[in-house]
Amino acid sequence: MEAHVAIVDCGGANIASLSNALNRLGASSELTNDVRAIRNASHVILPGVGAAADAMQRIEENDLASVITGLEQPVLGICLGMQLLAGSSAEDNVACLGVVPGSVRKLQATLEAPVPNIGWCRVQQTDAHAMFAGIDTDSYFYFVHSFALPAGEYTIATANHSTPFSAAFARHNFIAAQFHPERSAASGARFLKNFLEEAA
Amino acid sequence: MQFHNHRVVGEILDLADRYCRAGADELVFYDITASPDGRTVNRDWVSNVASLLDIPFCVAGGIRSVEDAEDILNRGADKISINSPALEDPGLISKMAKRFGSQCVVVGIDSRRVDDAWVVYCNTGDEKRISQTPRATADWMVEAQDLGAGEIVLNCMNSDGVRNGYDVEQLSVMQEQCNVPLIASGGAGSMRDFETVFKETRASGALAASVFHDDDIRIPELKAYLLDAAIEVRP
Repeated sequence: MEAHVAIVDCGGANIASLSNALNRLGASSELTNDVRAIRNASHVILPGVGAAADAMQRIEENDLASVITGLEQPVLGICLGMQLLAGSSAEDNVACLGVVPGSVRKLQATLEAPVPNIGWCRVQQTDAHAMFAGIDTDSYFYFVHSFALPAGEYTIATANHSTPFSAAFARHNFIAAQFHPERSAASGARFLKNFLEEAA
Repeated sequence: MQFHNHRVVGEILDLADRYCRAGADELVFYDITASPDGRTVNRDWVSNVASLLDIPFCVAGGIRSVEDAEDILNRGADKISINSPALEDPGLISKMAKRFGSQCVVVGIDSRRVDDAWVVYCNTGDEKRISQTPRATADWMVEAQDLGAGEIVLNCMNSDGVRNGYDVEQLSVMQEQCNVPLIASGGAGSMRDFETVFKETRASGALAASVFHDDDIRIPELKAYLLDAAIEVRP
C-alpha cells in the first residue's frame, strides 16, 4: 500500500525534515489542517515544534480536536505532538487531547542534565511493541525538548534525563515519541518505517 | 563543518552524506564569511543537504532576521546558529526563541583571551573585518541565555586552528555560567583531545571541522576510542 501521510498543521516551522524522512521511505506527505485530508490519509502525524498552548489553540480554531481523537488509522505524535496527545501540559497549563492520561511536566535541570534536553539519549524499550521491531533496546534517539510525559500505563519505552520519562507510548492506533525519529539516523528511520508498515 | 565559498555544492553533498553515514551526531553548516560579507547563507545548499540527512542539522551564517531563520528552518534545518548578528541586535535571540522555541536557537560565541580576560569577537570569518567587542564572554553567555538561547557553541579562538586540544581552562570557567547545553569548539587535533574535553569539562558536545575534513580523524574510530575511554557516545 502506498502511504500518504497527513502532517497536521499546528503552526510552528520545521516540517521539512519530517517530510524529507518520509520521502526517503517512499511515502508522500502533505501539511494540512483540512478535515477531509486528515481523515482520508493512510497515516496521520502530529508534528513537533512550537509551544503547547499555541498548538492547541491552532487545533481548536480548526475544529480538529475531535477529528484527531476520532481517527482510526495510525496516528503518530512527535515531540510536542506526543505531549498534545496527553491529558494536559504544564507548559502554559493547557488542556490537551487526552488520548492517554497524564500531565506533561517540565524537565528538572541539573548540572549533568541541562534543560532543554538536546542530544542523543538511550531509549529503553519497556514493551515488545511493533514500533520497535528491528531496533535494539538502548538504541540512541535524538531528543530536543524541555517538557516530557512521565512514564505511565501506555508507555512502551523510556529515556532518562534527571529522572526517567516516557520516550514513547502506544494506545490502540495512537503512537507517540518524545524523540525525533526523522533526526535519529538508522534507528529513527526504522521507527518511521515501522509506523508506516506495522503500526496498524 | 566549515565550508569555504569555493566549494561546490556537489562536494558539500558528498561530504554531508559521508559524515552522516560515518556516524556524526550532528552536522553544522557554517557559512563563516556570510556576516562580514553582509550575505545570508546560500539557501539552496540548505535544502539539498537537509534532504539527505537523517541527523540533526544546524545552519549558521549571516542569519539576521526571524524571516531568514524561518526560511532556513522551512528548508529542513533543525536549528539556527547566530553569532555576529546577535551581537549587533541581541533582541534577535529573543525574537527567534519566541517564534521557534529556544531549542532551535543556538548562539555561537567567538571568544579570545585578552590579557587576563576572555572577550567576545565578531565577524571572525574575515581577517579584515574581525573585531573585538566590548563584551566579556561570560556576560554575553549569560545575556544570550536570558534572551532565550537554547544552546551555546563556545569557539575558543586561542586554540582554534592550532590543533592542540580544546580550551579546557576557558570551558571550565564558562560552564559555570551555562545552564543550557555547551558545545566545545576550537582546537581538536587528536582523539585524545575529545577524551580530555569530555572528561575535564561538562561540555555536551564537541565540534570539529578540519580534522574530519582532512581525514586525520575518522568518526567511527573516534567513537570506538571514546567508548573505550568510558565516555558515553552514540556508537
